[in-house]
Amino acid sequence: MTRVPALLALENGMIIAGDAIGAIGAECSGELVFNTAMTGYQEILTDPSYCSQVVTFTYPHIGNYGVNDDDVESSHIQAAGIVVHELSRVVSNYRANRPLQEYLEMHGIAGIEGVDTRHIVRILRQEGAMRCVIAHGENLDGNELVERARRVSPMAGTDLTNLVTAPQPYQWNEVSAEDFRYAKYTVEHRYNVVAVDFGIKRNIMRRLTAYGCDVTVVPASTSAEEILNYNPDGVFLSNGPGDPAAVLSGIQTVKALLGKKPVFGICLGHQIMALALGAATYKLKFGHRGANHPVMNLKTRKIEITSQNHGFSVDHTTLPGNVEMTHVNLNDNTCAGIALTDAPAFAVQYHPEASPGPHDSDYLFRDFVEMMPKR
Amino acid sequence: MPRRTDIHTILVIGSGPIIIGQACEFDYSGTQACRVLRQEGFRVVLVNSNPATIMTDPDVADATYIEPITPEYIEHVIVKERPEAILPTMGGQVALNVTVALHERGILNKYNVQLIGSQIESIQMAEDRELFMEAMQRIGLEMPRGGFVHDEEGGLAMIEHVGFPTIIRPSYTLGGTGGGIAYNIEEFKELLRSGLVASPIGRALVEESVIGWKEFELEVMRDTKDNVVIVCSIENVDPMGVHTGDSITVAPAQTLTDREYQRMRDAALKIIREIGVETGGSNIQFAINPANGRIVVIEMNPRVSRSSALASKATGFPIAKIAAKLAVGYTLDEIVNDITKKTPACFEPSIDYVVVKVPRWDFEKFKESDNTLGVQMKSVGEGMAFGRTYKEALQKALRSMEQGRYGFGFDKPEYRNLEIPSEADLVPLRSTLRVRTANSIYDLCDALRYGLSTSDIHQLTRYDPWFIEQCRDIVEYASECIAESDDGKMLSDVGHGRMLKLKTYGFSDVQIALLYNDTESAVRARRKELGIVPDYKTVDTCAAEFESETPYHYSTYSSETEASSSPAKKVIILGSGPNRIGQGIEFDYCCVQGVFAIKALGYEAIMINCNPETVSTDYDTTSKLYFEPLTFEDVMNVIDVEQPEGVIVTFGGQTPLKLAQRIADAGVRLLGTSPDGIDLAEDRKRFGDLIGQLGIPCPSWGTALNVEDAIAAADRIGYPVLVRPSYVLGGRAMQICYREESLRSYTEQALAQDRSRHILIDHFLEHAIEFDVDAVSDGETTLIGGIMQHIEEAGVHSGDSSCVLPPYNASDSVIETMVSYTVKLARALHVIGLLNIQFAVQNGFVYVLEVNPRASRTVPFVSKATGTKLAQIATRVQLGEKLSTMNIRNFNTSMKRVAIKESVFPFTKFPKASVFLGPEMRSTGEVMGMDSTFGRAIVKSHISAGNTLPLSGNVFISLSTHDKNQHAADIARGYVDLGFEIVATSGTAEFLKHHSIEAAKVLKHYEGRPSIIDQIADGQVQLVINTPLGESARYDEAIMGRTAMKYKVPFFTTLEAAEASLSGIKALRSEQFSSTSLQDHYAQSLDV
Repeated sequence: MTRVPALLALENGMIIAGDAIGAIGAECSGELVFNTAMTGYQEILTDPSYCSQVVTFTYPHIGNYGVNDDDVESSHIQAAGIVVHELSRVVSNYRANRPLQEYLEMHGIAGIEGVDTRHIVRILRQEGAMRCVIAHGENLDGNELVERARRVSPMAGTDLTNLVTAPQPYQWNEVSAEDFRYAKYTVEHRYNVVAVDFGIKRNIMRRLTAYGCDVTVVPASTSAEEILNYNPDGVFLSNGPGDPAAVLSGIQTVKALLGKKPVFGICLGHQIMALALGAATYKLKFGHRGANHPVMNLKTRKIEITSQNHGFSVDHTTLPGNVEMTHVNLNDNTCAGIALTDAPAFAVQYHPEASPGPHDSDYLFRDFVEMMPKR
Repeated sequence: MPRRTDIHTILVIGSGPIIIGQACEFDYSGTQACRVLRQEGFRVVLVNSNPATIMTDPDVADATYIEPITPEYIEHVIVKERPEAILPTMGGQVALNVTVALHERGILNKYNVQLIGSQIESIQMAEDRELFMEAMQRIGLEMPRGGFVHDEEGGLAMIEHVGFPTIIRPSYTLGGTGGGIAYNIEEFKELLRSGLVASPIGRALVEESVIGWKEFELEVMRDTKDNVVIVCSIENVDPMGVHTGDSITVAPAQTLTDREYQRMRDAALKIIREIGVETGGSNIQFAINPANGRIVVIEMNPRVSRSSALASKATGFPIAKIAAKLAVGYTLDEIVNDITKKTPACFEPSIDYVVVKVPRWDFEKFKESDNTLGVQMKSVGEGMAFGRTYKEALQKALRSMEQGRYGFGFDKPEYRNLEIPSEADLVPLRSTLRVRTANSIYDLCDALRYGLSTSDIHQLTRYDPWFIEQCRDIVEYASECIAESDDGKMLSDVGHGRMLKLKTYGFSDVQIALLYNDTESAVRARRKELGIVPDYKTVDTCAAEFESETPYHYSTYSSETEASSSPAKKVIILGSGPNRIGQGIEFDYCCVQGVFAIKALGYEAIMINCNPETVSTDYDTTSKLYFEPLTFEDVMNVIDVEQPEGVIVTFGGQTPLKLAQRIADAGVRLLGTSPDGIDLAEDRKRFGDLIGQLGIPCPSWGTALNVEDAIAAADRIGYPVLVRPSYVLGGRAMQICYREESLRSYTEQALAQDRSRHILIDHFLEHAIEFDVDAVSDGETTLIGGIMQHIEEAGVHSGDSSCVLPPYNASDSVIETMVSYTVKLARALHVIGLLNIQFAVQNGFVYVLEVNPRASRTVPFVSKATGTKLAQIATRVQLGEKLSTMNIRNFNTSMKRVAIKESVFPFTKFPKASVFLGPEMRSTGEVMGMDSTFGRAIVKSHISAGNTLPLSGNVFISLSTHDKNQHAADIARGYVDLGFEIVATSGTAEFLKHHSIEAAKVLKHYEGRPSIIDQIADGQVQLVINTPLGESARYDEAIMGRTAMKYKVPFFTTLEAAEASLSGIKALRSEQFSSTSLQDHYAQSLDV
C-alpha cells in the first residue's frame, strides 16, 4: 500500500504528522479523546457515544483480529475518526470477515497512524480533551487545519442525541451468539421494557433481553406520556453522546417518569436522571474511557472493574436528599452511580453491559428486572 | 479489611536452589513479600536453602534460616520461632509441597500455624489433576476431553469420547515415561498398554490433544472481599505443546477480540473462586482452538510463578508485593498503586506497549541432549524487552539473549544473500519448521526470507498468522535495505525516514551495519547525525492516563521522551542479563547489593538489565530502572541520557565485562578495576608474564594454533592436560586429555569450528585440591572475604564443585601462602573492588589457576557464611572509600561454624546427558548447609540439594585405577564400620579384598544381567561411589549415573565426596539436628 501522509491538528496548535488510514482522502474533525482498553476497538468505534469524537487508542497495535459482524454496538462506525500507533494489515481471528482498514473505508471514516499515541495521551491528560482535525494528502497546511480544529463546535453545551437516536420505535429481541453468553439466560419471567434511545449500545439491549426483557426502543424525543402508553414494566435510559445538560427534552421526560415506573439509566442516561432530579453535571478534563476503571459499590463495599466512556460527570455534591450515591469511581472519587431512596430508580455512570470490558457489573441488569413486577 | 492484628510472626518459605523451571523469580517474589510484611510490622521468619538470593540477606527477614526446606527442618524453625502464620505461595512448587507435607504430618496444627495466602484445600484442588477436573466440571468449564482409565476396556470407551490424536499420560511415572501421542486405534492400544504397565498404580490419563492450539495465560489476584482483578494477559507465540517456560511469549494477548478475552476473564474469575484461592495471585492457562474459538482450561497455579514475575515487570503491577499485603488482611481497594501513588491497586493495568519474553537455553552444555522443545521445560533463563510494537519488542528481546544475535536475523553475513532457494532445497527447512526447537525463531526468519507463504508457515509451525506477518514486515524491510545497498546505496545515503523506520522496527545498529555493509560505530554516528536517538517511555500501569511517580523506563523511537536526568550524582550498574549456566542469580545478588550500597552513599542507583525474573529489575530496588538489552548500543544510549558519575561493570558477570572496554573507550568512567586490569587477568600471555615476575607458580601451559603445536606443547608440559579454546566462558568445551590421541581429536574438532582461535593447554594437576578466595581490594589494602576448599578435586569446574568454608584440611602455611598471593595479585592488577582467585594445591604446593578481578559466583555464599557483605564493601571501595576506614575484619579461618555450598544439576531434564562432572560447568543452582561441624554441614547441604544420605544398606563401589589406594580403602572401611554392606565390581572387589574389606561382586552393565543397574533399580543399593577418573570411564558408565539419578540414589563420582558423605552419615546417625538462623550464627561469632 502506498503511503499517504496525514496530519492531526489540535486546537492548541500542535500538528502531528503520520500516515493516512481508513477512507483515504476523507477528513474528520471532532473532540479528540483517548481510550485505554486493550481490546474491543470494533465495539468502541460503533458505540454511538463516540459520535463527534476522534478516538485515540492507547494500545499500539489496533486491528489485529479484524472486524466481524457480531461485535458491533450499532449499525455503523459512530466515531468521527481514529488515531492509532499501528494499524494491523493482517487479520488473525476465526470470526473476522475483513480487516479494520476495509471497515473504516466502507464507513468513510478517516484516521491517522504512525503517530506517538502516548505523547497525544499525555497532552490530553495535561491540557484536557480538545478539538482536532485529521486530513490526508500531500502539502497540507497544518496551521490552516489548526484553525479549522478551533472552529469545530465544542462538546459542552451540545445535544448530540438527535444524531444517533432511532428515527422510529422498534422492537429488540436478540441476544449474543451462543459462544459468548454469560450470566443470566434462563428466565422465569418476561418484562416489558421501554428503552429511551439517546444513542443506545446494542449490548445493553442484548443484556436486557438475556434477563427476560422484551425491549421497545423509542427515539430520544419520545415524551413521558408516549412511553407510559406502552404500559412498560420498566423504563431504561440509554447511553449517548454529548453534553447531558443540553438534552432538555430528555430531562423533562425523565422527570415525568420517575416514581411512576422503575427506571434504570446508564452513562448519559445516568446523567440525565441526575439532572432530572435537580443535580448538576460538569465536563471532566479528559474523561474516562477504558475497560479498567475501579468502581466501588458503596452498599456491598465490593469493587467492580468497569468499562467507562464519558466526558461529563454528575456533581455528587448537588444530589438532592432523596438521592444517594451508590457507586464511586476509585480513581478520582467521582460519582459512578446513584439511586433514589423513595422510588424505584437507579443509574450508573459506567457500562455494566461491557462490550468492550469486564462483566463485573452485569448484576445491575438483574437489579433492574427485580425492581419490576413479575408477570 | 485492614491489616490483621491477630498474627505477629509470619513464616515465609523460599524455593531453594535454582533449577530449570524454578529460578530467581522466587527470589524476586519472596524478597518483595518479606519486605512488605516487615514494613507492615510483622516479624518475618524465612526458610530458604539458597544462599545466592537477596531474600536470604540477613536484612530482609528478622530471622533467616538457610536450612533444608523439609518438614523436619521447618518444624525446628517453627518450634523455635513460633510463627502464627505461614505464607506458602511465594516459594514456587517447593514451598507449596513442603507446606502440604507440614499439614499432612500435623505439624501446622500442632503448633497452631495457620496458612495465609492459600488454604490446603485450594492447593490440593489446584494441584491434583482429578480434583481440578471435577472442580472445572462443577463450574461448567471445559478442559481437554478425557479422563483416567485403568484398563484397555476403559481406554476404548474413553477414546470414543476423546477422539484422535490423543495423549496418554501414565500416572506417577518419573519424567512422564511411558506416555505418548496416538493417532490411531492401534497406536492407542499399544501406548495405553505400556502406559498402564509403567504406572505404579496402573492408571493413565487419556486426554484429547490440544497441541497446536493457541495458548494464553492470565495472572489473577483475589482478596478476602472476593474482589478479583486480572493483572495481565499473556499470549504464547509457540502454541500448545511447548512448555510456556520454553515459549516466546507476548503481553498483552494480541489476537483475541474483546468478547473472547472477556470470556476467558470470566472463566478465570470462576476458577479462582471455585478453587478458593483466598488472597494473592494465581496463574491460569487456557488453550483456544484457532479454528473455532473453543476454549479449554489447561491448569492453574495457586501461587506466584514465573509468569507472575513476568507480568509484574511487564505491567508495573507488583503481584507478589500486593499478594503479601492481601495475605495479611488488606483488600485491593486499601492498597495504593505503587506506580501512580494516587490511584488504588484494585484495577487492571492497561499497557500501551508490547512485551516479549524469549527463553534462553544452554543445550550446548548437554551435548548428548537434543534441542527440541516439548511439554517439559528446558530453558535456563529468559530475557524480556519492551517496544511500542511487537516487531520492536521481539528484536530487542532477541538481542537481549547474549548469544551473539542482534535481532530477528540480519546480524550475520549470510543474511545479505537475497537469493531464494529452489523448492527442492527448501525441503529440509520445511521439515525443520515442523519441530519446535531452540532455533525455531530463526528458522521462521529463514522461511520468510525464502518466500514461504504465511499459510504454509502456519501449517508447519502453528504460529499464529499475526506473529508470522509481523516478522515478515521485519524481513521485507531488511531485504529492501539490502537490495538498496546492493544497488550501491551507502550508509551515508540513509536518510532520516529510513533510519527512523529501521529503528522503530527494532533493528539494532549491528543489524543496520550489516544491511549497509558498514560498522556498528558508523551506524551509531550516522544515527546521531540524523538526530535519531531513543526516547524513554515509562512503564506506568495505566497507559499514561495518570501521572507516574516511578521511574521505570524502556526505550523506543517516537516523538517524546519521559526520562530526564536528575541533577543528583548517579551511578549505573549493568546487570547480568538472562540467567544461564555459569551466570545466574549470584550475579544478580551482587548487582542488588551494589545498588543498596550506592543508595546508602547518597547516589542515585540506576540499573540496566533485561531479566524479568530478578530482584534487580524490581523498580522498588533501584532509584531508576531501564529495562533494556545489555548491548553496547542500548547501554550507551542510557549513559548518554543519564550522564552518570560512573558505571559499574564488575558485578554482573561476563555480560557487562564484555562491554567494559568499549564503554571505557567511549569515554565513560568505569568504577573499580580498570578494563586493562581485567584484561591483564584474562589474557593468558600477559597474565603469565605478570605472575612470572611476581614469582607465583601456576601450572605450566602453552597455546597452539594447530594439532602439531598442541601435541608439542603437551609433551613439554606433561600429560594430563586441560585444553580449551581461548575466550570461553563457564568452562565451555573444556576437556582433560590423558593421551596424545585424545588431544589430537579434541584439537582437530576445535579447529574445525574456528581456525582463528588459539587452543589453551594447561598441565592438569591431578589429585590436587582446589581453593577459592574471595577478596576486596581498594588498591592499597586487601580484605580477605573468605577462603573455600573444594570437595571435588581439581578438574571439576569450580561452579559445580561443592566447597567448604573455612577450609577443612589445609595447613596454616598453605592458607598463608594463598593469602599472600592474593594480596600480591590484588596490588599488581590494581584491583579496586572484588577479586576472586582459584588455587590448586598439590602435595602442599600452591598454584594459582585463575584470577578474576570481579564479582565471582561465590560472593553471596561467602557473604552469607561469614556475615560480611562483600559486594557492598566493594561498591563503597569503588566509590572511593578506603578499607582502612571501614573497620571490617578479615576472614577468620578458625570461625566456629562450617558452611558448605553444594551444586544442583538439571540432569533429570536432559536424560541423555552425562552425569559426570568435569571442567565444563553444568549446575544451575546452589544450596548452603551451615552448622557447627563439617559432618553436620554436609548433611544439611545434601538434604537441601535433594540427596538423602542413607543410614544403612548397601554401598556400591567402583574405583578407577587411579583411585585404588589407601585413601579409598579407608573410606570403604568407614562405611563398613557404620554397618553398610559393600558391593563392588570385580576389580574393585579384588582391591578391597586386598585391604581386607569384604565386598559382594556385581556385574557391570555390559557384563550381563542382573547387573548393578538392576540392583539400583530394585532398590538394593543405597549409595553409589563410582570414580571414573580417566577418560574412557567418564563416558562408559553414564547409564549407571542416570539410573542412580532416576531412583534418587546418592551418587558420588569422587573419593572426596564419598568421604565427605561418610562424615555426614556419621553425624546423621549419632546426632540431633536443628535449625539455626543466620542472625544467631552471627551473634554467636561476635561472642567469640
